[in-house]
This record gives sequence, structure tokens and C-alpha cells, in this order.
Amino acid sequence: MIRADRPAGPRVAPSDGAWSVTDVTRRARSLVEMGFDRVWVRGEVSGFKAYQSGHWYFALRDTQAQVRCVMWRSDNQRVRPPAEGAQVFVEAAPTVWEERGEFRLTVRQLLPTDASGAWQLRLERARAALERDGLLDPARKRSLPPYPLSLALITSADGAALHDVLSVLGRRWPLTEVLLLPARVQGDGAEREVLAALALANRLPVELAIVGRGGGAREDLWVFNSERVARAVAALRVPVISAVGHETDITLTDLVADLRAPTPSAAAAAAVPDRAALTPMVAALARRLAQGLERRTALGRERLARTGDRLEAAIREHARRRSARLGELAAALDALSPLRVLERGYAVARDGDGRVLKRRAQFAPGLAFRLTVSDGDVGARAGEGP
Amino acid sequence: MTAPSFRDELERLEVIVRSLERDDLDLDRALALFQEGVERLRSARALLERSELTVRRVLEAADGTLTSEPVDR
Repeated sequence: MIRADRPAGPRVAPSDGAWSVTDVTRRARSLVEMGFDRVWVRGEVSGFKAYQSGHWYFALRDTQAQVRCVMWRSDNQRVRPPAEGAQVFVEAAPTVWEERGEFRLTVRQLLPTDASGAWQLRLERARAALERDGLLDPARKRSLPPYPLSLALITSADGAALHDVLSVLGRRWPLTEVLLLPARVQGDGAEREVLAALALANRLPVELAIVGRGGGAREDLWVFNSERVARAVAALRVPVISAVGHETDITLTDLVADLRAPTPSAAAAAAVPDRAALTPMVAALARRLAQGLERRTALGRERLARTGDRLEAAIREHARRRSARLGELAAALDALSPLRVLERGYAVARDGDGRVLKRRAQFAPGLAFRLTVSDGDVGARAGEGP
Repeated sequence: MTAPSFRDELERLEVIVRSLERDDLDLDRALALFQEGVERLRSARALLERSELTVRRVLEAADGTLTSEPVDR
């Protein structure tokens, strides 16, 4: 389809009816670039030249045609320069180089067409298919459960990967239950077995899956570059860690997994927390729990103490009032007591000044005094002897 | 998978501790929370102290049912 962005300037010049060279090459470029998606092209390398700038220029040809190619330095850095006459696959964007009016391929990838090249071509196509379906979208990646108590492990039953994963899990987080889904990871039937194991994993009550194998030669990793396996990994219900032990190659399984680990041991370490690090965290929670209660009860005690203080003050006040009343009563009793004595038949003698007469010597013969008895006073006079 | 997970225990503990750290809790409630917290701590610690990794191999029977058997290590 051709978009509306036409080359600048009029399609037909008003004076002589001719296009400028610039306009026509620009128009051609626009049509070419819009007419092609990226394409894979197979051909023979001819006239290869690597410039000082790092960019590569060459032609690709077959028996009937040829096309100029450029591969920029940023794209060719990890690629071995092709030999003159070699058959290669290139992934390229066709364009027109305006300065020369030349149809040209801008090459993004260059692969040899021998067995490994053909294999890589398939891989690239599978990768592109996964990408089209959105399976490589980083937004798809799920976070891993922080404290998994169950996980599915898909690997060979007799490989080093199984041993490595179990030993790391056992050391860091033996809380977890490992459900092993053994599958051959190379050789005949590997793809079928891995696919079957992945299907089973989806039926298990696990929180996480690890799929992988130990290190191997590139061709031994083939099953993890199978598009079908990659799609099955992407379809896992739970987050999945890929662990394909190979430092340099990234497999399709790695690309679709929620996390890619470089080795099975690294996958195990990423899958679980280290309980040694959690023990102090639990201890800290225990401490806070105890302190929380302590604080809360201290608050209670404080309130209780304040209440107690008020109670004590109340009691003291009450006691003070009562003792005051007692004093009053006692005083009243004191005042009343002589009368009680008189009632029992005693009398009090007082002289004219009111002084109490207690001894014989105080009664001079003929002395007039007063006697207070229980119901009042009477006058009296001392006689001449006893 | 009915037992509370380690994560559940930790999250609940965190909530309990935060409640206890507030002042406005009545004492009965505080004691009840404390007791629950102690239980959860015990359970979390028991999980942490589990020392042996459980490894089981999953088998699919002919009728499609899944079973598992312990793996000797």
C-alpha cells in the first residue's frame, strides 16, 4: 500500500512537465520502502568490502540478478565477515539509495547457509513469529512468588541440572515441595517429552516452574529453541524461570520465560528466598510483637496507676473527714463526761472563784463553797473537823 | 494447599504488629492479637525450620490422573 507522503514538490513541474531527479528517486525510495516488509534473502556474496568506518558493502547475486547491500557497523560487529562467493542468508530492508539512484538492501543480519545457518534462519523466523504474537513483550513478564512452597521442575531426571537445582533449593529454602517432571532434554523425543511435561505442569498446584538443563553444545540446546516448546512455556499458568546452561546463546525458551537464569543453580537461587536472611526478619517481627504488647500493657498499667492515685486520694480525703468528725465527737464526749461522773453520785466542790476544791486543806472551817451535783448546784459551808 | 503460606503468615504478622503498635487498641483486643501473633510466629518458624526438601516425581496414570512418588536423593 502506498501512503500519502509523496515526495516534496509537484508531481509534474509546471514549466516543462518533468520531475527533478531528486523527486523521482525520493518517490522510488518511498515506494520501495513501503512495498516491502523486512525480507530474508538468499544469495552469493560478491565484491565484499569492509570500510575503515566499519560498514560493509557487498553485492548478493544469483544466476540471474544481483543487488547491492550495505551492512552498518552497528549490525555487523558480532558477525564474521563472509568469504567471497559464500552463500548467505540476509535479513534486510530494501531501499533506494538516493545519491546513486541505486536499489539496495540494508542488511540487519547475515547468516551462513550451511547447516548451522539454516538452523539459525529457522530460529530467527520462529523468534519473529513469537514476537508477532506478543510473546516477547516485556510487559508479559510476571513477577515471581516471593516465598514459593511448591514448584514444578522440568528437566532431565539424570542430568547435572536436577542435582544443582535440588542442592540450591535444599540449602536456601527447603520449605518448598519440588514436583519433578522428568523429560529428556536432548536427542530423539526431547521436544515431545518437554511438551508433555509442560502440559502436566499446568495441571499441578504449584506456584512456580523451572524449566531447563545444564550446559551443552549449541545443538544440544535445540529443544529450547523449538517454537512449540517456547509457546508451551509462554502458556504456563504460573511464572516460569528458564535455565538453559549456556552463557552466550539465548534460547527462545529464555525469551518467553518470566525470568532467564544463566544456569540451573542460578534459576534455583532466583526461585526462592534464602531462609538464612528471613530468620532475622521473623525474629524482628517477634520482637516487635512482644514490644507491641509490652507497650500496650504499659499503657494500661499507667492508666490503672492514675486511677489508683485518684482512688487513694479519695480514700485519704474520706479518712481525713472522718477523723475530723471523730475529733469533734471526742471533744463532745469530753465535754459531756463530768456530768456522767456526777450521775454516778459524785459531786464537785468549787470555791467562789470556781476553783475545784480537791484536798482537805482547801476547806478552811466555815468556808462557803458550792457543790455541783447531777442536776445542779447547792450552797454549802465547811464544818469544824471531819 | 489449605495451610497458610509463609507469605500469608508474614503479612498477617505485619498487620498484627502494626495494630499493637497503635495506642488506641483496647486491652482485650491487644491480648487476642498478641496471642494470634504468637501462633503465627510459631507456624512461620516451624516452616523455616523444615530442614528436608521434599522432592516428588509426578506420574500420569493411563486414565490421565496425576500421582506422585517420593524421589530418593
